[in-house]
This record gives sequence, structure tokens and C-alpha cells, in this order.
Amino acid sequence: MLFQPAIIALMLASGLAALLVLASVPFAWTVVRRWNLADGSEAQLRMERRTYLVATLLKIVMAAELAALVLFVFNADRMATLFTGAMCAVGTLKVDPWGFPTLYLKLAVFFLAGCWLVLDHVDNRGWDYPLIRVKYAALILLAPVLVGSAVVQGAYFMGLRADVITSCCSTLFSGGGVTVTSNSVASLPHGLALSLLAGSLAAVLASGAVVLRWRRCGWLHALLSVAAFVIGMSAIISTISVYVYEMPHHHCPFCILKREYGHIGYALYVPLFVGTVCGLGAGIAGWAGRRPSLSTMAPLVARSLAAWSVGGYALFGLVALWLIERSHLILFEVVP
Amino acid sequence: MPVWLNRQRALLDFALSSLGRRLGKTLGLAVVYTLIVAVLASVMLFSHAIRREAAQVLAGTPELLVQRLVAGRHDMIPAERLDAIRAVRGVKSAEGRLWGYLFDPAAAANYTLMVPADRVVEAGSAVVGSGVADVRGVAVGDLMSFRAHDGNLVQFRIKDVIDNDSALVSADLFLVSETDFRRLFGVPADRFTDIVVAVRNPREVRTVAEKIDAALPDTRIILRDEILRTYESVFDWREGILLVLLVGAILAFAIFAWDKASGLSAEEKREIGILKAVGWETSDVIRLKAMEGTVVSLGAFLAGYLLAYLHVFHWGAALFAPVLKGWAVMYPEFQLTPFVDELQVATLFFFTVFPYTLATVVPIWRAATVDPDQVMR
Amino acid sequence: MIHLTGVKKAFNQGRANEFWALKGIDLHVAQGKVTVFRGPSGSGKTTLLTMVGCLARPTSGRVKLKERDISSLPERFLTDIRRSTFGFVFQNFNLLKGITAVENVMVPAYPLGGDHGALRHRAHELLDRLEMGPKAKSMAEWLSGGEAQRVAIARALINDPQVVIADEPTANLDSARSAQFLDIVAEMKRDGRTILMTSHDPLVAEAGVVDHVVTMRDGVVVEAR
Ligand SMILES: Nc1ncnc2c1ncn2[C@@H]1O[C@H](COP(=O)(O)OP(=O)(O)OP(=O)(O)O)[C@@H](O)[C@H]1O
Ligand SMILES: [Mg+2]
Repeated sequence: MLFQPAIIALMLASGLAALLVLASVPFAWTVVRRWNLADGSEAQLRMERRTYLVATLLKIVMAAELAALVLFVFNADRMATLFTGAMCAVGTLKVDPWGFPTLYLKLAVFFLAGCWLVLDHVDNRGWDYPLIRVKYAALILLAPVLVGSAVVQGAYFMGLRADVITSCCSTLFSGGGVTVTSNSVASLPHGLALSLLAGSLAAVLASGAVVLRWRRCGWLHALLSVAAFVIGMSAIISTISVYVYEMPHHHCPFCILKREYGHIGYALYVPLFVGTVCGLGAGIAGWAGRRPSLSTMAPLVARSLAAWSVGGYALFGLVALWLIERSHLILFEVVP
Repeated sequence: MPVWLNRQRALLDFALSSLGRRLGKTLGLAVVYTLIVAVLASVMLFSHAIRREAAQVLAGTPELLVQRLVAGRHDMIPAERLDAIRAVRGVKSAEGRLWGYLFDPAAAANYTLMVPADRVVEAGSAVVGSGVADVRGVAVGDLMSFRAHDGNLVQFRIKDVIDNDSALVSADLFLVSETDFRRLFGVPADRFTDIVVAVRNPREVRTVAEKIDAALPDTRIILRDEILRTYESVFDWREGILLVLLVGAILAFAIFAWDKASGLSAEEKREIGILKAVGWETSDVIRLKAMEGTVVSLGAFLAGYLLAYLHVFHWGAALFAPVLKGWAVMYPEFQLTPFVDELQVATLFFFTVFPYTLATVVPIWRAATVDPDQVMR
Repeated sequence: MIHLTGVKKAFNQGRANEFWALKGIDLHVAQGKVTVFRGPSGSGKTTLLTMVGCLARPTSGRVKLKERDISSLPERFLTDIRRSTFGFVFQNFNLLKGITAVENVMVPAYPLGGDHGALRHRAHELLDRLEMGPKAKSMAEWLSGGEAQRVAIARALINDPQVVIADEPTANLDSARSAQFLDIVAEMKRDGRTILMTSHDPLVAEAGVVDHVVTMRDGVVVEAR
């Protein structure tokens, strides 16, 4: 294991987050089994009060996981100097088979925690807490993901040894050759990637508009959000990053976060993440609107989430467009 | 949206006034918090700055170093190896270097003796680092003498003292001419300490190294990248060890924060009870307390970081320098180049604000869920 | 306006010191009237007021506010109803120390997120009406008992509640101050508010503004007129 401050901090954060959620599982189970609002007993009252604690803890976990995600990528990039052949975060993550799974699990935890908080937010608007069982069952399901994320990250960091020869991003993400899954993403033709991106953004914006205007089809918006996220990430790897680096064969989702490129990656990722998490949330809120006690509040929540989601995707699209526009690299000849 | 904003503003106002009303307690907490941030930040700032210093120094060192090994130990390398190396494809140049260590009984210190490649030192004169000048109390124009390998005295007149800008490595330098070096240690004219190699294409360093290795089997080849990496991980490791030692302190701080947060005074409990009775919701109270915590955290974080910055970059990191620099007889007096790194700030945040938040959340929740009807009795 | 049917309240339920403070209360409170609860100490008056005022939930039984059953609402929604419908004046006034009178008056409105300037204006207006204008900037702990009570009344009125609940409002006041309080009650009644009070003081129960008197003993209503 590499004994490094950022690594210790990351392990601390994931460990504590997992522990917190794990510690809430017995309580969640009690809620699933015993919750009864009609009961005026003190036990029920205590249970109700305990839900405030769990919600607060989950908020902290989500904030911590978000910060940890940024720290993780940042640190991976920084550690690249420790590994021969690694030039950026991709190299560091490839040092060990657990590297990319750690990243993916961190993303999953972030999105799931976000969904849970939306569920909680909506549920708290219904006078009879109609989703409380769903919510706490979801919490029970969330726990293994968090624990898994902490364990996988532990395995990754434990396995790190400085000076392991790895393939770095310039070979890994350059099209063709090595059989890595991300590779097929990188070799996605630019035209196809951009058309897919434009199509999915148009679709997600349209479905968002439907939610905004008619307060329905939240589920469709959520689905399209997931699609837009995946396509957006692929487009960043295959094409947009190339425009930023102005090098046709440099495909890397992390280097755009670096100072050399003006931290421009944040302007892409933050709106994309906001758009996705709010899009998923809008779907959840729309679904919750079927409960009688939420029939007025949930659509409102869905609407404001959809507004955020639409704003996020629109901003993402604009930033991507601007990056392509300002780039000196020309991938498409305009035929007069 | 304006409702939301108004509410946050009103709560923040109230949080500030409520912190002000308990100034003693707030300050007590803030001081401890600030100190813990300052200590951790000092460790990080210092080790980071020193790493950068080392990297800067190494940036000036050769990409490739060839040493001769005899029975697994470093030995003087014959000059004819130079030609063999120059013959390797991709090598731009190869030069022999002369350097070593000299123990000075008068100062009980070790100097690094070198024949500089980039400046000419006349025979009989020497250029010394600031540390050397300090321990021996010499200045330009003074004489220094040492016993050579054969017992004869060799005298040097100090021609120049290297000033402080990269003092970490130059402090113990003692630059002499080639003739004096050979006379002092009895090194034959056709031997060098090691050979530095410059490579035409930096990307081929590894290939060139392999070729030299094949051509000269009795040598060891050191790559700059490898030194750099080793430095990195050594300093990382030291920093990590220090931080782990400080985990005790963080834990103590978390317990302290927990205690402060749960040891609400009767007055504070009464206040929360009143707030709940007059129509504040549990989550409003939690938010209020969270804001108080945020204000204290941010204040302490900034103050602590500033303190650490001053400590490391203006007061010479008096507290931990010995541990992080390693042990050497001669500590160079030096000023580190100030540098603030985002990753480091983020890491520090995890070491301080995160534990604080976690330690206070349960006590806050407990206080916020008092019965609203409690004030009626 | 407020209906209670079979309301019971237990403390320390399921433990050795379990205690039923209310043992089945049926009650109707009419809108715009002044109702006084009286009875010996420990008879459950305060406990009953907390049920009516959404400060606590009954262990069993129903509480209906304007036809809406609020007895099994979670605390979050009870609070919501409480802060828009009820204003409270507590026995020992319970002002927050270290902040001024006018800030005390504003506190209940903070979580509602109204405009700050308008809120401050309203608070001053209320204090003026209660002849506390000159003391608006005084620290709460310097106020005399009568002044503190008027600040507490202003605080109860800041969110313009329909119902004002006062627990032993005259216990800490001399008779002149008590009479002044009853005048304020009369004024609030003229504004169309419903007022619920508990009191040991016969002066209060017999006052002209009082419409109904409910007498309690050992957690049950023994007389209502
Ligand atoms: N939190 C509690 N835990 C246990 N017992 C309680 C609690 N609150 C009230 N009680 C009990 O319930 C009974 C009724 O209390 P309550 O305060 O309603 O009486 P009250 O009629 O208002 O009396 P007083 O006139 O003295 O104010 C009392 O015997 C009291 O001891
Ligand atoms: Mg009482």
C-alpha cells in the first residue's frame, strides 16, 4: 500500500460512510417492519425522530462521496508520477484491476445516494410519509453498495505499489489495438459520437420540457437522463476531449480536469452530473406523485428537479459546443 | 426560491447571533479546531514544499547516471568507459564526474565535495555552500585546510559562498578543482566517481539505459525518473506516517467536538425547546446547528491554514522540520517557496471538517429532537 | 373549530412509571371564543393544551382541526400546522435571552422565509400596539414580567394565528397586570381569534371576556360550561 495523505483520507471517508449507512440498517429494518403512523406510542415517535438523523447522515455521506470522487480522480492524476509509464489518472487506475471498478462504484454510490435523498425529500412532503417503507428498504439495499465501494477501494489502494509498469492514457485510450472496454468508447467515430450526443441531448431536453409543461413522463426523462449520461461520457472520451487537447489521438476523460487545460473538465462534468442526478430525481418524484398524499407536492418537486436537469444538460451542451468551436483542431471538413 | 433564500439568510443570521451569544464556548472550540488544522496543514504544506524543492533540484540532474559496481559496491569508474557509452546510439554526450564526501573534524560535519561541471574553480581555491560557511564561520577570502589521503595538508582559499535559493542541496557543498580533488583523495587521473549521460530523445531514456547496461555489464544505471519517484514516495511515506501519528490528535479533537456539541448548557437546551415550541421544525433546528458548525469550521479552517502557511513559509516550519527533512548534521537555513495545492486542501478538509461534522451530528440531532411541549412544563 | 374525541395521553408508556395524564377527553372548542381550563395542579390542563396546539400527539383518540384529522400527523406536519394556526404564550414567557425584544418577536417567522424587512416592520407594529414600542430594542432579560409577557404575546401573534394558547398567563403577574392581560385578550377576541387559556386564578375564569370554562380533574373533564 502507498502511504499517502490523500489515500488515507479517501479510505477514512469511504470507511466512515459505509459504517454510518451500515449502522442505520437495523433501524431501517425496524421501520420496514414496524412503521405505523396511526400508532401514537412513544416507540413510533422515537422512530420518527430517528429518521431525521438518518436523513442528515445520508446528506453527509452524499456530500462526502462527491468530494471523495473529485479527490479520488485528482489524486489518481497526481500519483501518476509514481508509476512508470503512467502519465495521468488513467495510468494510475490501470495499475491494478481494482482501479476502474473503484471509480465506477464511487459514481454509483454518488448517484444512488442522490436518488435516495430525492426520495426522502419527496416523501417528507406527504403527510403520511407514503414512501417510508420503500425509502428504508432502499437504504438497506444502498448499504452493500457503500460497503462494496469501500472494500474495493481498499483492495485497490492496498494493491498499489509504486513503480509498476502500466499503460498510460496515450496508449490505452488511443483507438484500436489494446482490448480494453473503454477503448471501444475511445474509438467511437467522432461524427457518430457527436450525432448521438446531439440526439440524446435533444431527447432529454424534450422529455424535460414535457415534465415541466405537463408534469408527466418523469420516468421517461429519468431513462433518457441515464442514456444522456452514458452518451455524454462517451462523447467526452471519444471526441470532446480530443478537441480540448487538440491532439487527434489523445482520449482521456481526466486530463481535461487538469490545470494545463484550465480545469475546463469541471465545466463539462458538473452540469452533466447535475443534469443526470436531477433527471433521475425527477423520475422518482414523478413516480411518487401517484401516491394520493403526494399528488400535489411530488409533481412540483419533479418539475423543479426537471428544471435543474434541463438546465444542466443545456449547459453541458453549450460548453461542449463552445469547446468544439474554439478548438483549433478540425475533425470535419466543411465542404463548400 | 426567494423563500428558500430568505429562510437560509434568516437562519444564518440567527446562527451567527447564537454563536456570538456564547462567545466563550465558540472561541474555545475555534481555538482547538484552528490548532488541529494548523498542525495538519503544516505537515502537508511542508512536505509538499520540500518535495517540490527536491523535484526542482532533480530537474537539473542528469537523466541517466552510470556507476561502476565492484562486488556490489560503488567503485570509481575508468575513463575508457566514456567512449563505450558515447558509442551507444541515442547518447548525446557522456561526462565523468568527481564528487564525494569529506568529514571535517573541526566542525564535526560532512561536506559534499564536488568538481563542478558548470563553473571553473582554480586549484587552491574553493566555493562553499552557506551551511559550510556557517559551521566553520568562514567568509570569502579565508583559508581552510584538510588532511589529504596521504596525510599532507591541502589548503583552500574561499572564493565564493553560494547563496540560499536552493539551500536544501547546496548548503553542504564544497566545490574544488579537479586537481585538488584528485590530490585530496588520491584518485588516479583516469578514474571518475560516475558518468552522467545525456540522451538525444528523452523518450528513449529507457532503451538507451538498456543498451548501456548490455554494453557495460559491471555498471549500475540510475534514471532520474526513478530517483524522482523514490523521493516522492519517501516523502509521501513520511508525511503519511506523521499524519497517522496525528490521527490520535484528530480523534481527540473529534471527541472534544462531540463533547462540546452534546454538552449543551441548560440555556442552550432551553433555547432549542423554545424555538421548537414557537414553530421551528426539527430540520430547521438541525439546519441552524449545521450552519453554526459550518461557520466555525470554515473560520477555523481558514485561520488554521493561514497559521500553517505562516509557520511553514515564514517561520521555517520550526516544529517538524527535523522529522520531515531527515536527519543530517547540517540543517540548511532555508526559505521554502510558498505553494498551495488544491489536492492538499481537499485532503486536509477530509482530515478535519469531516470528522468534526460526524462527531457533532448525533449530539445536534439529539438536541434538535427534544419534545416541543417541553417548554410548557 | 377544534374537536377532541376520546383523547388519551400516556407518559413513559410501557415502563414501570407509566402515567396516563389524559384519560379520554371529548371536547369542542368554538371559533372566536375564549375558553379557560381550570382544575387542580396535575389534572392535565397543560397536557391537553399541547394536544390541541399540535405540540404533541395523543397516544390514542382523535384531534380534529377544522374537519382535518391531525392526531396521527408526523411532527413535521404538526409543526407546519402549528406555526400557521397557533400562537403560544408560555407560563414563564420563555423569551430568548441575549437578543432584543423585537428579535424575539421575529423568531417564529424565520423558518417561513418571508421578507426580512417586512417581518421587522410587522414585529415593531405589534409591539407598538401592545405599548411596547419604546422597549423594542431592549434585551429580553432586562424586561419586567409584564413587559416580557407582552413581548411573548407579540411573538405569539407574529404569524397571525387563528388560535392563541396561553398556559397560566397570569401566574406571574399582579392583579393590575392580570387585568391588563385580559384587556389584550378581549382585543384579540375582537380580531376574531380563538383563545385557550389555563388558569388557577378565579379572576380569570370569572372575567367578562371568557365564554367557556372547562374544569378538569385527574385527566378527565368534570365540567364544561
Ligand atoms: N413528560 C412527562 N413525563 C411524565 N409525566 C408527565 C410528563 N408531563 C406531564 N406529566 C405528568 O402529567 C400530569 C399532568 O400534567 P400537566 O402539566 O398537564 O398538569 P397541569 O394540570 O397543567 O398542572 P399545573 O396546574 O400544575 O400546571 C402531571 O401529573 C405530570 O406529572
Ligand atoms: Mg400546567
